[in-house]
Amino acid sequence: MSEAKTHRISLAQMRSGQKGRIVEINGGYGLARKLDALGIRTGKEIKKISEQLMRGPVLLQQNHTQAAVGFGMASKVLVEITGED
Amino acid sequence: MGNPNVGKSVVFNRITGANVIASNYAGTTVEFTKGCMKLGDKRAELIDVPGTYTLEPTCRAEEIAVKMLNERKDGDVVINVVESTNLERSLNLTLQLLKHKVPVVVALNFWDETKHKGISIDNKKLEEILGVPCVPICAVTGEGVNHLVEKITDAKHSGYEYEDNERWQKIGSIVDEVQKITHHHHTWLERLGDASVRPLTGIPIAVIVMFLAFKVIRFIGEGLIGYVGEPVFEKLWAPVMMKLSAVMGSGGFLHDLVIGQLIDGEIDFGQSFGLLTTGLFVPIGAVLPYVFAFYVVLSFLEDLGFIPRLAVMVDTLMHKLGLHGFAIVPMLLGLGCNVPGALATRILETRREKFIAATLLSIAVPCAALQAMIVGLVGEHGLGYLAIIYGTLLAVWVLLGVIFNKTVKGESPEIFIEIPPYRIPYIRSLAKKIWIRIKWFLKEAIPFVLLGVFIVNILYTFGIIQFVGKITAPVVTHVLGLPQEAVGALIVGFLRKDVAVGMLVPLGLTIKQLVIASVVLAMYFPCVATFTTLLKELGVVDMLKSATIMIVSSLIVGGLLNLVLP
Repeated sequence: MSEAKTHRISLAQMRSGQKGRIVEINGGYGLARKLDALGIRTGKEIKKISEQLMRGPVLLQQNHTQAAVGFGMASKVLVEITGED
Repeated sequence: MGNPNVGKSVVFNRITGANVIASNYAGTTVEFTKGCMKLGDKRAELIDVPGTYTLEPTCRAEEIAVKMLNERKDGDVVINVVESTNLERSLNLTLQLLKHKVPVVVALNFWDETKHKGISIDNKKLEEILGVPCVPICAVTGEGVNHLVEKITDAKHSGYEYEDNERWQKIGSIVDEVQKITHHHHTWLERLGDASVRPLTGIPIAVIVMFLAFKVIRFIGEGLIGYVGEPVFEKLWAPVMMKLSAVMGSGGFLHDLVIGQLIDGEIDFGQSFGLLTTGLFVPIGAVLPYVFAFYVVLSFLEDLGFIPRLAVMVDTLMHKLGLHGFAIVPMLLGLGCNVPGALATRILETRREKFIAATLLSIAVPCAALQAMIVGLVGEHGLGYLAIIYGTLLAVWVLLGVIFNKTVKGESPEIFIEIPPYRIPYIRSLAKKIWIRIKWFLKEAIPFVLLGVFIVNILYTFGIIQFVGKITAPVVTHVLGLPQEAVGALIVGFLRKDVAVGMLVPLGLTIKQLVIASVVLAMYFPCVATFTTLLKELGVVDMLKSATIMIVSSLIVGGLLNLVLP
């Protein structure tokens, strides 16, 4: 359990090109629902495409959907790293 | 109904033959549109509904969609347009619709794209599971759309049952059953898509695209004016008007109203100010070429899918103005005409964002008609003066935004948008979209320009401009450094800003006065069409605040320019 915890990082902390499985969304009902509508939710594997300078939006891909989310939202999505391109 | 950006409006246009603007980004349709279609030998009404991911709305456009569904009558059928390349996500809405016990027919759009992406979907099996017709289509080319129409009468209530909390599991198992994914290589469009959202490559790409866009607009606009607009008016229309002028006795009130003043015995389309001379030349000869050029470029970038990527790139900057990146959409649309720009503020969630975006739009984003006239009038004095005008407006846009960000109460949420794949624009739907916009421009512009020219004549004939000029002289002459008669342009600018700039021509202003007048005309108040739209979008209270800011800031900026410019 403790080992699993150490591998948990937020979407904002991921490097571009890394893949991870979502383990938790800390953003309250609003954020979870918005992400859910795009098919992005706990248990899904996502890939980080890019991030903008100065805490700008983060781009992620799940399946064939790409979405841009603000840095604050990205900090609330926790993942376990599963691989890298 | 369907998710945002799945092509509902394209399907709508195909079936009804109607003309609704469709683009490659979410939120193009913010209102519902009704159209008629033939269903066998009966006529039916088809409604284009804004996109929604779910039936639990998160924004205004989604609310409209859900309201439409709840207000349906017996016998109504929902055509659920889904993105075949994104089946899992699309089915979320589909299952919610099935639970509403409404007859549904599913249109599997982007069927052609699934092949490139290595996806194969068994639509027969999907039909069996869902219990409603599922028709593969490609809306932009029209493939399968006739088949879809035939199936509308087959739409039925589905017997499909599930509990809300197990919806995603159900979707997962449906997708596993009907969809097979084979590996595919990244296409160059996908690579380009990713490259344009990485800072290192994205910023140069965005700069190059904007530069090219500007170049192409100028090339097309100037070309059309130089080789089509001016020759047609000077060589063909002017002789006809001269004959008419002679018939009407070369003078008198009616002559001046229809033909205008003769300048050295000739018609001058810029200065004569008759209904059939300047009144037609301004919208068709001077403005239309630039409006056309602008919409060619904008429509191309929209259908390509560039706009949401630009929104991501400018997000950090826009946050300094109390907005997020997607607020670039109303600004870009506003560069064509402020009315669609004002409508597009609906894609923003909070009242604060709408207020900031709408106010910045109407103060510092000049429409294509105004720009075309300014470029025509000021451009001949050198590009440097145009740079002063655009530079001032940009500075005002940024500075006011920063002030709003610090002072306007309320929330500005973070950006959250779906990024569609780049798609090569389909030339026929592109041409159709440009045509819709041009037709809309002509319908809006020509009556108002003619009314503007008519009012100019009345104002001069009855000496009203001279009278108002005397009253407003302290402000217009002392603060802004303009001649008294320039107040006429400010009065008419409320109707049409292009006519207002045209009114400056006969005044023989210095270049400094032209620059100040152009900036003030852009800022001081929206034209009547924009004003009524803003009033509806913002409400009376916010509109009053916004209008006060417009008037005050235009006087401050105009006054400063008067002091600073040599």
